[in-house]
Amino acid sequence: MNAFLSSINYNAWIVPVLLLLPAIGAVGLWAHALLTAKDPAEKRWREVRVLAFSFFVVEAILSLGLWWSLDPAAAGWQAMVDLPWIPQWGVRFAVGLDGIAMVLVLLTTLMMPLAVLGSWTSIRTKPHAYYANLLILTVGMLGVFCALDLVLFYVMWEIMLVPMYLIIGVWGGERRLYAAIKFFIYTMIGSLLMLVAILYLGAEASRVGGAPNFSYDFILNNVHLDPTTTLWLFGAFALAFAVKVPMFPFHTWLPDAHVEAPTAGSVILAAIMLKMGTFGFIRFALPLFPGAAMNPSVRTLIVALAVIGIVYGALVAMVQPDFKKLVAYSSVSHLGFVMLGVFALTTESMQGALIVNVSHGVSTGALFLLIGMIYERRHTRMIEDYGGIAKVVPIFATLLTIVSLSSIGLPGTNGFIGEFLVLVGSYKTQPVAAVISATVVIIAAVYLLWAVQRIIYQKLAKPENESMQDLNWREIGLLVPLVAAIFWIGIYPKPLLEKTEPAARRLVTYVESAAGKAPVTASNQAR
Amino acid sequence: MNPAMIPEGAHPLASTIARFVWLLPLLPLLGFLINGTLAMLGVAKVGPADPSAGHGHAEEHGHGAAHGHDDHGHATRHKFAPIVSLVGPGVLVATFLLASGIFFAMRGVEMEHPYIQTLFAWMPVGDLQLNATLLLDPLSMVMIMVITGVGMLIHVFSVGYMQDDPGYPRYFAYLNLFVFFMLMLVLGGSYPLLFVGWEGVGLCSYLLIGFWFSDKANADAGKKAFIVNRIGDFGFLVAMFLMFANLGTLDVQGVAAKAAELPMGGVIATAIALFLFLGCTGKSAQIPLYVWLPDAMAGPTPVSALIHAATMVTAGVYLVARASGIFSMAPVAQLTVATVGALTAFFAATIGLKQWDIKKVLAYSTVSQLGYMFVGVGVGAYTAGIFHLVTHAFFKALLFLGSGSVIFAMHAAYHATHNHDDAQDMRNMGGLKKHMPVTFYLMWIATLAIAGIPLFSGFFSKDEILSSVFARAHHSTLAESSLLGIPGGTLLLVIYGLGLATALMTAIYMTRMMLYTFHGPNRTGAAEEPHLKEAPWVMTGPLVVLGALAAFGGWLNVPALLGAIGPVGGLEHWLEPVVGEATLRTTLGEPAHLSHSVELMLVSTAIIIAVVGIAFAVWRLKPAALVPKKDAPEATGFDRVLENKYYVDEGYDAAIVQPTVNVSRAVLWKGFDAGIIDGLFVNGSALLARAFGWMGSQLQTGQLGTYAWVLLIGVITLLGAFTFR
Repeated sequence: MNAFLSSINYNAWIVPVLLLLPAIGAVGLWAHALLTAKDPAEKRWREVRVLAFSFFVVEAILSLGLWWSLDPAAAGWQAMVDLPWIPQWGVRFAVGLDGIAMVLVLLTTLMMPLAVLGSWTSIRTKPHAYYANLLILTVGMLGVFCALDLVLFYVMWEIMLVPMYLIIGVWGGERRLYAAIKFFIYTMIGSLLMLVAILYLGAEASRVGGAPNFSYDFILNNVHLDPTTTLWLFGAFALAFAVKVPMFPFHTWLPDAHVEAPTAGSVILAAIMLKMGTFGFIRFALPLFPGAAMNPSVRTLIVALAVIGIVYGALVAMVQPDFKKLVAYSSVSHLGFVMLGVFALTTESMQGALIVNVSHGVSTGALFLLIGMIYERRHTRMIEDYGGIAKVVPIFATLLTIVSLSSIGLPGTNGFIGEFLVLVGSYKTQPVAAVISATVVIIAAVYLLWAVQRIIYQKLAKPENESMQDLNWREIGLLVPLVAAIFWIGIYPKPLLEKTEPAARRLVTYVESAAGKAPVTASNQAR
Repeated sequence: MNPAMIPEGAHPLASTIARFVWLLPLLPLLGFLINGTLAMLGVAKVGPADPSAGHGHAEEHGHGAAHGHDDHGHATRHKFAPIVSLVGPGVLVATFLLASGIFFAMRGVEMEHPYIQTLFAWMPVGDLQLNATLLLDPLSMVMIMVITGVGMLIHVFSVGYMQDDPGYPRYFAYLNLFVFFMLMLVLGGSYPLLFVGWEGVGLCSYLLIGFWFSDKANADAGKKAFIVNRIGDFGFLVAMFLMFANLGTLDVQGVAAKAAELPMGGVIATAIALFLFLGCTGKSAQIPLYVWLPDAMAGPTPVSALIHAATMVTAGVYLVARASGIFSMAPVAQLTVATVGALTAFFAATIGLKQWDIKKVLAYSTVSQLGYMFVGVGVGAYTAGIFHLVTHAFFKALLFLGSGSVIFAMHAAYHATHNHDDAQDMRNMGGLKKHMPVTFYLMWIATLAIAGIPLFSGFFSKDEILSSVFARAHHSTLAESSLLGIPGGTLLLVIYGLGLATALMTAIYMTRMMLYTFHGPNRTGAAEEPHLKEAPWVMTGPLVVLGALAAFGGWLNVPALLGAIGPVGGLEHWLEPVVGEATLRTTLGEPAHLSHSVELMLVSTAIIIAVVGIAFAVWRLKPAALVPKKDAPEATGFDRVLENKYYVDEGYDAAIVQPTVNVSRAVLWKGFDAGIIDGLFVNGSALLARAFGWMGSQLQTGQLGTYAWVLLIGVITLLGAFTFR
């Protein structure tokens, strides 16, 4: 595989191609919309979904090579491409990957086709715009994971907002507009401060290097700031990321956005977009400002918010009558685990955080897909409208049970590996936080098993549920890869752990050593 | 020398059949996969390509899949029943044969060190280089023989008991999966892998308790079991954090080696041991987490026999023995284990005195006997605890399966006459001995065994626990230590007293159960009585085997006092390489010793108590005076308190469950989330929100598609601009 990939010079072109292909796809859909304007609507939406799906499949297949072509242990960026973009401002089109980013890129490219399949029959209004939005969204998400220039990163970060805003606002549920606007404003306010901080860093870089420069590596190695400034800049970045994670108390946009978004929107939000926040902390906030991030008060605050989020999210999830909202609050809890793992700063907890990132994407993505499937049949998300449906839809019931168990971290599934590593690693530096967070193994079982019981078990009391159809082959087929991932990561996570271990270890060592000396000093240990 | 350092191939077992130890869990897993597939094929009907299009004609096949689980009356056999009956018990027979082969191989070698088999690297992260390893030693061997032996018998019994159930393949799929996880639990070479089995058996317990899930009570019971167990699992998790942070390893062998270097009675060893024990109180139904086990009787009766009596619930006892290296370094934790065990044994026995449901009597009896086992392993008499675990597996599995036979017969009788009365209430039974003589005699054997009548299995194991407690009250680390200000020696004597009182009550409630079920006049009903008959051979066969084991199982570990009747201390020698060191540590380096006369006194006390209990019950209880459940008056006074199990469930509900739910809903969600964050801060910026709302409404009423396209074109142009620069 490696020989083949290097023979086609894969690493040299793959990242720009992955970013460009969905954009071309969007143009293609536009062209299709213009060309078929006179066709019957029925024919158009059937065609356009196939067209969009093919783009996502090609994208996924192309990206798979990254698994083999990247050397996770290598010290520098890989598959790097660095081109001038806006020379007068020193802004460059610089992209590249390490093990951490690669795993998230693959998560994105592999989840997208499944998300499209998940809304295969439910999106019939304005199908061209819908799928074009998904494609542009993909550009933004991949761009965030690959960007090595702070301005490029910011642009990609903001690009994501628009399509998601539209997806929720146009194709969403009854309160879609409220949810879309709330999502937009929340994230926008957070990221505006980050833009200021990025510009400040650019100005500093310009002072040090003599020319404007937003390069991640340059700023990491050459820009040294006094502790107070570091604290402010860290705060600006951290706010943007905390909203995205979302960390308590900046989470209230999430339940609304999740509930109102169409299935694909919820899946993408949970599986990929929330990971932007934690990725931001890992890639930017921690290594750029280790002094601030490891400042005892700051660290205690963030760990405390993470723990509150873990417990609070789980408790609030427990009392939700709406299954989609329940899963949304459970995301607050799961992402709290990621934040705890990152800020506990041990190799084990960091690796656990990265696994939770991926497995939350898989499990929660699958949960939203499953909710979408019964919503399409019964047009309700309320738990009380179901009950006893295991008898009429046994395939659905079986898959819902498996996915729920993975979400509550049953050993043998992905959920356990991530949570266990986070907790066992965090205990070394944050024992109190780890023990409090561990109580969520109880609450998680309460909220999900209770919901599962009320949906698929008990008496089949509602007559309108008696004629429910079980999952069809498309739905089964799109869930199978996710179930496979649940067991793969749960039973044999070694291949995945190996991909991120060197980068995680480097990050931990770098932040520890850099934070040890104040003010922040340069170190090449990171890369 | 660190045993973990011995290379896998160098172990004497490596050249024997024991190298196939990985097949032990794999076989039941295969059974699960096959039966699970058959279960799905039996009920699944893949939906149409477009789920949102019409629901019209679903009615006719919608019901094809909807078998009635709530009605036991369906006499239609499942279409895959023949294959399932072959595969389900078949894999257990194969596993048992392999286990026996390994057992005899182990007898032939010197088991100084455990046989460790590394399967693959599991979680290689940082300092935590965790492998998936199986650990085979005399202790896991004992457990494997119980699990596969008793498990096999119960699988065979189930073929008869569950024959007409529409969920037949699903039942065997779950049962096979349970055996897989149970074997992982006892073979796990590291605490996290043991934890995989630990939670896995909990999952199967959940699925099997809620097997007839259409009934809310059953689904509730399953969920309750899982959640209460998870409270315990929290303790297990914290214990693992403590091990990793303080001992640097999670490997069973490594932890034992490092624990020996800890200071005796130190904080770390005590904390690890206590948190592990919290896990045990969940899984093995001890105070304060015992409440799930009586409810778990909602599952099919063979499940109660296998999971909720013979195997899973004893996992906590196994864990204490497995972690004996830690527990023996923490006398305070040991005293806690023994005290909780003794209190649970006593408390559960009092409830058992007044239950009417035959399975509830056995459930509380199980809680009580588990308490006994914890007294054993708690005082560092690991062999005694494991010995009682084994004999209890025999006689309690027999009692449960026997009660299953009774319920089976009662069901059939009620079904024949279309009566919907309670088939498990003893007030509706009576006089069954003439209808089901095989069950009757076998259950009496088990009753004598659990009551502690000499030469039956339970007598030996119970006596050994009690005399171990007595011996350690004078000369042990426990006697030198104290719990909550009570000197260890005094505490152990109190525990011994509680043990005797429990033994007395055990004899009483078991005799009561037998009298009310099998003796006196029949109360089932005149129309029903002719339909009562003995179960088929596929069910009574396993009972006969268990009857023999319940009667003669005591030969496994005969005390020196009765050396005339069999090999002395067989099990003790067998387990010596595993728990010997820890046992000696508690008894201060020399084997616990009691003078001949003291030992004789203890044995005779135990015998007198058992005989008195049975005699008292026969004297006081008059089966002839009972009336059927529907005519029975409400209990009053303390009887009522006992019948309602001291209202503990209600107390937990009022003190913990309801407040948590209410606070989460009213304060956290409605108050904080929706009220303060959203109401005050987010929507409170009302002007801003309204401005955006206005913009939004413009978007909605205007041509939104146009807006979308404008934005998209902008974004694409931007992307193109920098890409092709």
